[in-house]
Amino acid sequence: MKTFEYTAVTDVRSAVGAFPEGAAFLAGGTNLVDLMKLGVATPDVLVDINKLPLHEIEELPGGGLRIGAGVRNSDLAAHPRVRSDFPVLSEALLNGASGQLRNMATTGGNLLQRTRCRYFTDMTKPCNKHEPGSGCPAREGDHRNLAILGASEHCVATHPSDMAVALAALDAVVLITGPDGDREVPVTELHRLPGDAPQLDSVLRHGELITAVEVPALAFARVSAYRKARDRASYAFAVGSVAAALDVEDGVVRDVRLAFGAVAAKPWRAYRAEEALRNGRATRESFLAAADAELTEAEPLRDNAYKVTLIRNLVASTLERLVTA
Amino acid sequence: MTSTAHRAVGQPIGRIEGPAKVSGEATYAAEYPVKDVVYAWVVQSPVARGTLKSVGTADGTLAVLWHGNAPAIEKVDDPELAVLQSDRIGYRGQAIALVVATTLEAARRAAQVISLEIDEEPHDALLTADHPGRYTPETVNPAFPPVSRKGDFDAAYAAAPVTVDVRYETPALHNNPMEPHATIALWEGDDLVLYDSNQHPPGVAATLGEVFGLPAERVHVIAEHVGGGFGSKGTARPNAVLAAMAAKVVGRPVKLALPRQAMFSMVGYRTPTLQRIRLGAERDGTLTAIGHEAVEQSSRIFEFAEQTTVVTRHMYAAANRYTGHELVRLDMPTPRWMRAPGEAPGMVGLECAMDELAEQLGLDPIELRIRNEPAAEPESGVPFSSRHYVACLREGAERFGWAGREHKPRLRREGNWLIGTGMAGATYPAMVQPSVARVRITPDGSAEVAIGASDIGTGARTILTQIAADELDLPVERVRVRLGDSTLPKASVAGGSSGSASWGWAVTGACRELRRSGKDEAVFDSTDLVKKQETDGKHAYGAHFAEVRVDADTGEVRVTRLFGMYAAGRILNPRTARSQFIGAMTMGMGMALHEEGVLDPATGDWVNHDLAEYHIPVHADIESVEAAWLDERDDDLNPMGSKGIGEIGIVGSPAAIVNAVWHATGIRVRDLPVRLDKLLTAGL
Amino acid sequence: MNLVVNGVGQALDIDPRTTLLDALREHLHLTGAKKGCDHGQCGACTVLLDGRRVNSCLVLAISQQDAEVTTVEGLAEGGQPHPVQRAFLEHDGYQCGYCTPGQICSAVGMLDELKQGWPSAVADDDLEAQIRERMSGNLCRCGAYANIVPAIVDAR
Repeated sequence: MKTFEYTAVTDVRSAVGAFPEGAAFLAGGTNLVDLMKLGVATPDVLVDINKLPLHEIEELPGGGLRIGAGVRNSDLAAHPRVRSDFPVLSEALLNGASGQLRNMATTGGNLLQRTRCRYFTDMTKPCNKHEPGSGCPAREGDHRNLAILGASEHCVATHPSDMAVALAALDAVVLITGPDGDREVPVTELHRLPGDAPQLDSVLRHGELITAVEVPALAFARVSAYRKARDRASYAFAVGSVAAALDVEDGVVRDVRLAFGAVAAKPWRAYRAEEALRNGRATRESFLAAADAELTEAEPLRDNAYKVTLIRNLVASTLERLVTA
Repeated sequence: MTSTAHRAVGQPIGRIEGPAKVSGEATYAAEYPVKDVVYAWVVQSPVARGTLKSVGTADGTLAVLWHGNAPAIEKVDDPELAVLQSDRIGYRGQAIALVVATTLEAARRAAQVISLEIDEEPHDALLTADHPGRYTPETVNPAFPPVSRKGDFDAAYAAAPVTVDVRYETPALHNNPMEPHATIALWEGDDLVLYDSNQHPPGVAATLGEVFGLPAERVHVIAEHVGGGFGSKGTARPNAVLAAMAAKVVGRPVKLALPRQAMFSMVGYRTPTLQRIRLGAERDGTLTAIGHEAVEQSSRIFEFAEQTTVVTRHMYAAANRYTGHELVRLDMPTPRWMRAPGEAPGMVGLECAMDELAEQLGLDPIELRIRNEPAAEPESGVPFSSRHYVACLREGAERFGWAGREHKPRLRREGNWLIGTGMAGATYPAMVQPSVARVRITPDGSAEVAIGASDIGTGARTILTQIAADELDLPVERVRVRLGDSTLPKASVAGGSSGSASWGWAVTGACRELRRSGKDEAVFDSTDLVKKQETDGKHAYGAHFAEVRVDADTGEVRVTRLFGMYAAGRILNPRTARSQFIGAMTMGMGMALHEEGVLDPATGDWVNHDLAEYHIPVHADIESVEAAWLDERDDDLNPMGSKGIGEIGIVGSPAAIVNAVWHATGIRVRDLPVRLDKLLTAGL
Repeated sequence: MNLVVNGVGQALDIDPRTTLLDALREHLHLTGAKKGCDHGQCGACTVLLDGRRVNSCLVLAISQQDAEVTTVEGLAEGGQPHPVQRAFLEHDGYQCGYCTPGQICSAVGMLDELKQGWPSAVADDDLEAQIRERMSGNLCRCGAYANIVPAIVDAR
């Protein structure tokens, strides 16, 4: 861990107003401190934002929620409105990490987690994310749990968050404040696909801070679920996941929200699949066909083609479960 | 004369050190308060092969040691301990420099950024079955012949009406005890004191003495509590040498705790194995030919040849037999012992192949095994001191509820779960090693037992207390066992499931000598008695049973039940014994389903070198793991009649799970671990 | 900076890079919290921070000015072991003991979460399955899981 200057801030304006080059915000620390120990993150200044008044979950008119960026994952998962109205979000959180980590990790920090690609987390190996131009050894090397969608020749990393997948499905919006003012970005547009600049994970600019995430009202999100497949029963990152909300009437899909996790550098909102599903029969066959519509774009590597099958099956089983819910 | 009215042995007495462990008072190696201690951090090679030309300096450090400035050490048997002595780099992750600083934070950062000038050379890190570098080692661990032949395997196999010819692969596995390898080293004059996490304090003292040219008694190794080892702490590891060397250079005590990531390469691992098993049988299941070959790896630095197929020499009857081992030396770290080296991977191959044979024959897999039960050691003809394998199979089947199982796979489904059951045999040699113990009656009439053994979580401290209490006719509260210190009488390693047998023999001898002599102190050395023993024909046996469910959509495997039935001599403490059995079975589940050092051949690195990516079972994976045992009497072993129990639980339990996955799905996954990607790719 | 550890105020003069775990172990010589992985991947370092279980290896001590920390050394009350500690003894909920303080602190925090009605990823009707899921952030290489869960059920 490189030496750094530590400063704690108590109001948002001073947090973003005096954010020097080479600084990083410290929230829950579960990812940042880990990466600092590995030498992957080397901030000169740590701006501790844990004392900012961003710990509230507010109800919005019409039934949406505004979730403060500093709300801990465990508090968000346990919130009565989240559990009743957006179970997909609660389930995604509870399927992530461990009880201890959920007590520490924040909403904003969870969104900004960095990839678990095993080359990215090791500074003795090349990686275009930590050193642009150094190459991507994962393409030929270990990529069993890396991207099948939206990758580039420069990077095949996946985004590790479960929560973000649920938020992407729910059309959540990230509230951002920064030196140049406030703006809003949909969760689906927060993270970047790698393209030729894989070092940039998100569209956040220097000094910008996520202050909250708004989840708009969505009545049928009461019938929603998160299904995560992983290599052991708990405390493991996803190898594939699906967040879904489903509105079915008389065996016909009236509306649907669908997003995939562990397949791309961002939570993958499956718009094509949603389109294929709307007004169709709520059957396993049509669910599989919809998944196929989304996965036609998949470009699996040597060792991760199984993810195409996995996501396909997860879509079907998750939607089937929601039909009977 | 000695009391035979055992009161403590056989009782489920709680661990003597339990209160210290649950209160946080139990002190592990890196935790001793030592004045003026400074911190060391290892610099590991970022290349798999090459020459280290130079190492830079670092501000704010007390020392940066490398072969250009490190003190010379004496010659040692284990070349891995000749740290910082040569410019040659033999594998990625090898210790090539050591940074010492007054704070942990400064040492870690300096080690991260220090400049290294290395001439990198092309390397070879990938084990393949047809690797041109294959050779047959002179012996396999510890001293078995690499090849065994009986009858005419080729002819019998060719003539057999039913045959199985399968290849099973097991990956590199990493011991990963929860306590990382750690040492605090300090020099008191020319004497060396080491607080070191290890399985053998006297051995570490002797080795460090060799390294620094000191007689063993000038090295004091303290390992009162050890946070697991599973073989990886059986001998001194580089951390002990590095800490002692650094302490000498900086003139202050040095603490070196390896980071978890370094443990994947620096302290040993279980070699990957590429196995071929050929079974020839009559139509009634009688085996006529057994062939078991393994290809394994070792480093360029040191030949460690695991005895993967030796277990097959002892397991089933067949007139014609062949077992062999081939080794490939790679630019990879040196493999060592990991819980049941040889037996654990070898029984994956043998017991999964037996399951495949049973499938071909349409025969119950238990019945197949019973039909091939040998009357004596199948290769040497030596009689067994006791062998209750068939009893374990039968009793285990009864308790597990095996009866009525369909032979055919993929017939049970509950909702989205495909359900199956599987079984596999288990065995582990009953070993004993020479040890010395001292017992003393203190003025208050209590007894103090002293032995340089190590309790790595096995319950040794408790069991030795029970043994001594019975031999001296004292309540356990009046017996105090001291161990974990190299200045105590010389004990053998906590390894090979031999601890209780070896140390218990010495303690029993000392207690009997004390009572015979009427004096208040006695010492007993078991060496002569142990050396006179026949070693062949002595094994513990068991049978493992698993029920699994496999998600038909995702291929996720869950173990609903895992059960082990054992015949392992006299069980000295049922509470700690059960924990040993179920603990090893749990590790067996990891071997079957989770664990794999994922090799990146381009860098020669296991890229998943941490506990987030190298998966071991977690709480949620353990739904029902249970063990039971037969009351087995065997007077040919040692005064207690005990067999080792620390390792048998990982022998066969992986195969039982793999076989159950087949039964659930109809898919044979022959390269471990059995993961969802393999099941999905196979068309689940 | 100051911390309140097991009810006692502690002044620390530390490198800002020092984690709460290293502050406890190396500076306050409270070695009950263990370092198994140093990256939040094993749970051996679990302590209660302002009443909640956390991985102390991922907490920078400097960010916890005046926080209240409870380690395994602080669980006993009036010289009596905490019920969870007693249950671990009763059920042989350990072997080597190195993950044990983390398991125990985690269990204490987890039981409080259970009492508050926090949900988990598994259905509410199976208490043992609940506890297994909620305790999955605490690895045990000796494989004492099958003893730890009944211990926690008993202590509940």
